[in-house]
Amino acid sequence: MNVLIDRFDVFAGGFWLTFQICLLAAIGALILGAVVAVLRISPVPPLRAVGTAYVTVFRNMPLTVVMFFAAFGLPALGSNADFLRIPLLDQVFSRLGADLPYFRFALIALVLYTAAFVCEALRSGVNAVPPGQAEAARSLGLTFGQNLRHVVLPQSWKASVVPLGSVIIAMIKNSALVGFFGVAGDLSQSADQLTSAEGYAFIPVAIGISIGYLIMTVPLGALLDRLEKRQAVAR
Amino acid sequence: MSTGEPLIVLEAVNKWFGPLHVLHDVSLSVGKGEVVVVIGPSGSGKSTLCRTINRLEPIDSGTITFDGRPLPAEGKALARLRSEVGMVFQSFNLFAHKTILENVTLGPVKVRKEKPAAARERALALLDRVGIANQAEKYPAQLSGGQQQRAAIARALAMQPKALLFDEPTSALDPEMVGEVLDVMTSLAREGMTMVVVTHEMGFARHAANRVIFMADGQLVEDAPPAEFFANPRSERARDFLSKILTH
Repeated sequence: MNVLIDRFDVFAGGFWLTFQICLLAAIGALILGAVVAVLRISPVPPLRAVGTAYVTVFRNMPLTVVMFFAAFGLPALGSNADFLRIPLLDQVFSRLGADLPYFRFALIALVLYTAAFVCEALRSGVNAVPPGQAEAARSLGLTFGQNLRHVVLPQSWKASVVPLGSVIIAMIKNSALVGFFGVAGDLSQSADQLTSAEGYAFIPVAIGISIGYLIMTVPLGALLDRLEKRQAVAR
Repeated sequence: MSTGEPLIVLEAVNKWFGPLHVLHDVSLSVGKGEVVVVIGPSGSGKSTLCRTINRLEPIDSGTITFDGRPLPAEGKALARLRSEVGMVFQSFNLFAHKTILENVTLGPVKVRKEKPAAARERALALLDRVGIANQAEKYPAQLSGGQQQRAAIARALAMQPKALLFDEPTSALDPEMVGEVLDVMTSLAREGMTMVVVTHEMGFARHAANRVIFMADGQLVEDAPPAEFFANPRSERARDFLSKILTH
């Protein structure tokens, strides 16, 4: 077990990188997922069709395949995903601005894939709001956007929090794939580095890696439980 | 009370729910200031009729005009029209996450862009009028059914609508709370509000309505002043309906 102490820097570095990609991917997936959810519940049929097509594609494709498309498809199209080199943000998350584009590719894949699940989690929350609420808002003359913003979404969070939490926790674990698509030094890839390149025993390394993921997922689950209790709306 | 000038006009309206013909060639004109009560057995299409007037239910054929303009399709124009037609639902549908006061001010502030202070003042006056000014800061779930429905009426009135639609406003209430809601509705009728009321309250139909509409199987069967309708129903269907509800 000495590896946990001797090579703590490797675990800590891996944790930090995985934390970065997960934080960015979670933000991206929540935003994109919310947009797709709005498309899917919009009163305009073509917009609904776009939303449904998005979910069908990205919810049903294995994440590995999405990663392949991002890592090999984007360069083939001549893109290094440079639009993600967002000023200031790339100061905090240095890999965003790196010359090697793999962090950005992996981030795109994680966001695209997770957004489909975020969309469905949000939609299940919206569907849990009694239809009379939206009807009352419509009959007052609120537009679709005002209805969502002031009446439906504020009441949908409670029902969305639990599935949304599961989606984000699954995403954190899914991020273990990014090491196989060129993102050197994340939590999972550190294990590979320590065991095959440096010859440490596998089990202690695996325990260290697991602790790294648990540090992210367990507090997140606890936080979501508290949020859920706070959001209770009496009926 | 009615000026005779038509405010709501339905012409040859048809609507299907799948194979079910819920509205069958319904034509109806409601004048400004008129109170029209719609009665009929359940499943006769009376609630659907009420909901087509602000297009909560789109129709399959025919035309509906409100204040001289045909109902617009989904969008900004429809939202504007809906803001001029208040609606009161059977299950109240107060916004569960907002206080009673916020329920009443939401429309004026967001739709009419009124100043919050002015909207609040008028909302408090309306809540006072329906007798629940002391409940303004509570949430809907903390109120009785009768109080909730009166709050819902205040919410509709806050938009200063040209007409009010009531879709079985007392059907979900405990019997002892029906009176307090009907009292508010009766006073609105006296003041000349244009109202379309779907209800089973025959007492209200008798003393507050200008006209009673009897519907059965999606068709408008009778259209008569209440005294005439209750004393001498012309159709067999209406006689049968009245004999069932008035004998108990």
